[in-house]
Amino acid sequence: MMLSKGLKRKREEEEEEEEKKEDLEVDAWWLDPGHPAVTQTPPTVASSSLFDLSVLKLHHSLRQSEPDLRHLVLVVNTLRRIQASMAPTVTLPPVPSPPIVPSVADNLLASSDATLSTSIASLLEDLSHIEGLSQAPQPLADEGPPGRPVGATPPSLGALDLLSPATGCLLDDGLEGLFEDIDTSMYDSELWVPASEGLKPGPEDGPGKEGAPELDEAELDYLMDVLVGTQALERPPGPGR
Amino acid sequence: MHQPPPASCSRSSCCVCARVGVRVSALAPAAAPCPAPSRSLGPRPPEPPSRGTSTLPLAPLGPWCSPTGSPAPLSCETGCGEGSWILVCRLLVPTQVSLLSMEEDIDTRKINNSFLRDHSYATEADIISTVEFNHTGELLATGDKGGRVVIFQREQESKNQVHRRGEYNVYSTFQSHEPEFDYLKSLEIEEKINKIRWLPQQNAAYFLLSTNDKTVKLWKVSERDKRPEGYNLKDEEGRLRDPATITTLRVPVLRPMDLMVEATPRRVFANAHTYHINSISVNSDYETYMSADDLRINLWNFEITNQSFNIVDIKPANMEELTEVITAAEFHPHHCNTFVYSSSKGTIRLCDMRASALCDRHTKFFEEPEDPSNRSFFSEIISSISDVKFSHSGRYIMTRDYLTVKVWDLNMENRPIETYQVHDYLRSKLCSLYENDCIFDKFECVWNGSDSVIMTGSYNNFFRMFDRNTKRDVTLEASRENSKPRAILKPRKVCVGGKRRKDEISVDSLDFSKKILHTAWHPSENIIAVAATNNLYIFQDKVN
Repeated sequence: MMLSKGLKRKREEEEEEEEKKEDLEVDAWWLDPGHPAVTQTPPTVASSSLFDLSVLKLHHSLRQSEPDLRHLVLVVNTLRRIQASMAPTVTLPPVPSPPIVPSVADNLLASSDATLSTSIASLLEDLSHIEGLSQAPQPLADEGPPGRPVGATPPSLGALDLLSPATGCLLDDGLEGLFEDIDTSMYDSELWVPASEGLKPGPEDGPGKEGAPELDEAELDYLMDVLVGTQALERPPGPGR
Repeated sequence: MHQPPPASCSRSSCCVCARVGVRVSALAPAAAPCPAPSRSLGPRPPEPPSRGTSTLPLAPLGPWCSPTGSPAPLSCETGCGEGSWILVCRLLVPTQVSLLSMEEDIDTRKINNSFLRDHSYATEADIISTVEFNHTGELLATGDKGGRVVIFQREQESKNQVHRRGEYNVYSTFQSHEPEFDYLKSLEIEEKINKIRWLPQQNAAYFLLSTNDKTVKLWKVSERDKRPEGYNLKDEEGRLRDPATITTLRVPVLRPMDLMVEATPRRVFANAHTYHINSISVNSDYETYMSADDLRINLWNFEITNQSFNIVDIKPANMEELTEVITAAEFHPHHCNTFVYSSSKGTIRLCDMRASALCDRHTKFFEEPEDPSNRSFFSEIISSISDVKFSHSGRYIMTRDYLTVKVWDLNMENRPIETYQVHDYLRSKLCSLYENDCIFDKFECVWNGSDSVIMTGSYNNFFRMFDRNTKRDVTLEASRENSKPRAILKPRKVCVGGKRRKDEISVDSLDFSKKILHTAWHPSENIIAVAATNNLYIFQDKVN
């Protein structure tokens, strides 16, 4: 309704998403400039459609072989705001089709930025504890001035905690099929354990994550060593760090 | 092949010493004003209230001020209100074949493989991704998504063809970056040219920096109009002659030839950026430059390609805590120790390299408090700064976020001194623009030569100019249908509500696929270059 007819679609996948969104857009009452509530008060409750849209965007962004970090960060921050304002009993969106999922993992695992991919892996693992999403709506008051980095986010929410449970399918499909065309010597180490034990979160989640009961202490230590070793190569400690 | 990145030298102690060494040499010119191209201050805008003492001395007056201190009339001082703009020429970035533009060919298949460029339609590879005049305005460089750089040169003035003055013609074309494959990460590296920056001219050759996501290259563009003839050991085709057949010796002479412009890569600065480079900026000492990606800024010496110094690093130890990225960075035009960088949260940090080796702690922090009445879920996205530019005088910085352009005084950190609405009618459409990703578009902004007018792009091939003195603004359109050469551009207007008048266009009719992201302004004259997909429009102020 608001888009000009000259607008071009970027990819074919968005055709399917577009139909879904058109249905969802209807209840975005708070965006209607004629609505009396809009001009007076900022929207305090997002419709679930905006949440869905943001989740889809996050998927799309992560699907890129090398995600645009700015786009990713902005979408994640927006998603945080939306999620913070949503009612506790929001129902989760229907899962996107499974074909999207293995490619997400493919690209994530192929990323050489060990900490980013590990943190994302940890969040994928966290999806099995999806109740965590509905338990922590944040009051808007502590948003604070947007420019300042807000204090520590609630421990149960990582940066990318808001992925839909669809990625849980990853565990069902099994991981072996994903690595067929990748040189698996790198992945044959203990880091990448098959589906039965789930993906391992990174060690830096340790203090904050209450939802990782099946982690083995020894495996955590091993992971810690590997990651610390990797990080040492990349950034040896210097003054002021 | 992929090599391990050179040490981010700020980390090891020996390199800290080396960096101090580099900075000592940079300090010397800082004591006296760095040599910089003279700029006119133009009509001085009203003095804003200053807070405390300024740490930066005012830039010296340029040569265009008369001895009494009042600026002499300049062509570029007429501003955007008094003059009218005419189209000088529309240039298509030349492809190998047909000159069909993207507007005619609605087929938007992404064709990134080079072998497909031989087909007879303009491809996505021809989309212009950066535009930049050199310091004299004689040359205009464009970079495109296909990794090519095309340099245009201004037509020389001649008495016979006065009407041709101001036209730009192709001077040189070369492939700056090729698509690469990072085998370590199994990623393709785009060849799209993100930025071009010229170096000031120091000899007969021209030098420019061009960068894609990962690699910066220094290119030398030089002319050759003579060639040697009359070799003894080679014949005219270059084949070696049998020495036994040579009976006489001759001295080779230089003979004139058709002008040939050749571009050669002189330096390649690679492997220093994990994330995508968004900015490069040449320092006023002309010895160093910086490159900025999403999380880090590196300082380079032009002569050294295997080392760069990391001067800003905002990567958090835990990537889950990442909430902010660097979006643009620029050196101060006169003070070689000072630079600014902007962020995705709408903040600008000014840093002084003399303060510490790692400039993670800023000297100044510019941020405007959020307007509570305009708050929405998209507040952060629309506050994300897409471009930051110092004024030529060095006293102000201009920032572009999604809906506005802001001018900041370096002495006042808590709010901008001027805010201009580029397309405020989009404020009620943010959700749609978020859906189609237009809200993430990165518009650039430019100053005119005298810092009195600022320009930026919008949608529907519109671009906007704001006169800082008269507070007047104008919307113009860069499109084929509406401009005949030498015809005066008609100001455009967007109808935001109520009855639409005859010449106005309604918000819902705007074409969001036609975006003007890249523009450039001649350093001393009222000539502007506007890039619209694969078209480059050159407009000139008719007052000239």
